[in-house]
Amino acid sequence: MYYVDLLISGVAFGCLYAMATMGLTLVYGLLRILHIAHAALFTLGAFVGVWVFNASGSLIVGLIVAILAAVVMGCLIYRLIYESILSQPPYVPLLASLGVLIFLQDGFRIVFGEEGLTVRHNPFYMANFTIGAFSINVIYIVMAGGALISMAVLAFFANYSRHGIAWRATVSRPLLAANFGVNVIQVRYAAFAAGSALAAIAGVLVALMNNLVEPHSGELISYKGLAIIVLGGLGNMQGAFIASLVLGIAESFGIGLAGRYVDRDAIAAVALIATLMIFPNGIGRART
Amino acid sequence: MTGYHLSLISLTGIMIVFAVSLNMIMGLCGQVSLGHAAFYGVGAYVTAMMSAGGVPTLYALPVGMLIAGLMGLIVGFASLRVRDDFLAITTLAVGFLFVGVVRKSRALGGEFGISGIPESGLGPAGDAFLVAFCVVLTVALSVYLSRNWTGLAFRSISANEEAAQTLGINSAHYKLLAFCIGCALAGLAGGLYANYARFIVPGTFGFSLSITAAAMVVIGGIGSTAGVVAGAVLLTLFPEIFRFLGDYRMLVYGALLVGVMLFQPKGLAGIPSMVRRWAGPR
Repeated sequence: MYYVDLLISGVAFGCLYAMATMGLTLVYGLLRILHIAHAALFTLGAFVGVWVFNASGSLIVGLIVAILAAVVMGCLIYRLIYESILSQPPYVPLLASLGVLIFLQDGFRIVFGEEGLTVRHNPFYMANFTIGAFSINVIYIVMAGGALISMAVLAFFANYSRHGIAWRATVSRPLLAANFGVNVIQVRYAAFAAGSALAAIAGVLVALMNNLVEPHSGELISYKGLAIIVLGGLGNMQGAFIASLVLGIAESFGIGLAGRYVDRDAIAAVALIATLMIFPNGIGRART
Repeated sequence: MTGYHLSLISLTGIMIVFAVSLNMIMGLCGQVSLGHAAFYGVGAYVTAMMSAGGVPTLYALPVGMLIAGLMGLIVGFASLRVRDDFLAITTLAVGFLFVGVVRKSRALGGEFGISGIPESGLGPAGDAFLVAFCVVLTVALSVYLSRNWTGLAFRSISANEEAAQTLGINSAHYKLLAFCIGCALAGLAGGLYANYARFIVPGTFGFSLSITAAAMVVIGGIGSTAGVVAGAVLLTLFPEIFRFLGDYRMLVYGALLVGVMLFQPKGLAGIPSMVRRWAGPR
């Protein structure tokens, strides 16, 4: 039973990682930027969502406002920061992105306070769903379900809509896509918007799970997010999804079995190093 | 000069050694490392454990250097297998692994770290002199390396590894060398830090320190020893210089990082040539 519990929480966390870091994959695929400031969008979504939820009493309203806030901020980050330094060597955008993360995290601390916000009437707090001998946290089901639905929608768009085709074309051959009349700039904004929206949803879900959002909540995904996109292959969505699940499950079992010797981040680190030593170019192959 | 100033100068010196050591790997050889604090931590822990065991600091420091250098060699082998962004992520993971293991290790003091590290016996001025000596040595080595054949090989690998190999440069050999020297010097900085703080906890050697070092290198000007020294001095004294900002220091730090990357991506080292361009004949 213990192992089943570990598996369930691992899968739930894996789905959550996938949803939270999809924006990183989209951005990395298009611009080759390790967009670590994405973690701040996750926290922004959580703060705005919880604040509006507490004030209005409606989770749906909170979620919508959170998504809007994250989308606006994500597009602003692209326009104000990345656009002018795309031609620089990769560590320049990476450090600029880190600067944005530090700036926003400290901004959250100043605006919302060091202790962050608590969810006032949390419908999922301590709610369990029981089948026979199993008892699953409802929030895990919501996390996994939300992630799978939003990913399915995204995958559908990427595969069947004209915008999705434009996105895929731009990822594999940016110049050629532009020559065929794809508006590359628009594709970039769409990627930042979609990724930021997913991060905001993930942020709100994690805030509901912890019943709390803090200025540093985003650290849960910031560094692991980078690991996931790189492991998943260059901007490859399926690869990133598999990498997220692997990471979630590895962490969950690692804590359960070796938690006395190493902590959660170190287990993720071991999983990462081992995978990269076996597959030096990530699990998923780049789409060319 | 008060004890406070002396301690500030020592800390600045330690950070100069640390930043210059990262510059050898990242600046000269072009291998991005986001886990450099781990090697600083190895040096600090080895020196602290040996000092606590009664070994004089001056003997403990080289041992810390040696062990950090060996660890660097191991991570260097990873750099032969993965490249660019993948290497950045691997080194990032190494940093997390180090902190995670130390945190849970009872022999290394776990979460509470090692306290009561005995004094070196050199006195405050002697300790400051030791740091200054190490700074001079590190900077001299960095300048020497960047100007001789090894530095040329490093730069060629940094510019284009395939082309360098075509010209008969054994890139694996030089990458391992860069990691070995850079990490050993980071270990030296860590040992000096243990001797300076006389109290170390695992949290000190985490991701934020690695990033601070990378920021020092990039803000200073990647590859330029003088620039990196300036970057290290600026960022170490940042809390002092911007003391008037009080609670908003991190906010300004983030904004500064973004600003430098946007408007001066070559860092402080790029400023002289920019001034010359403005001032010179048109």
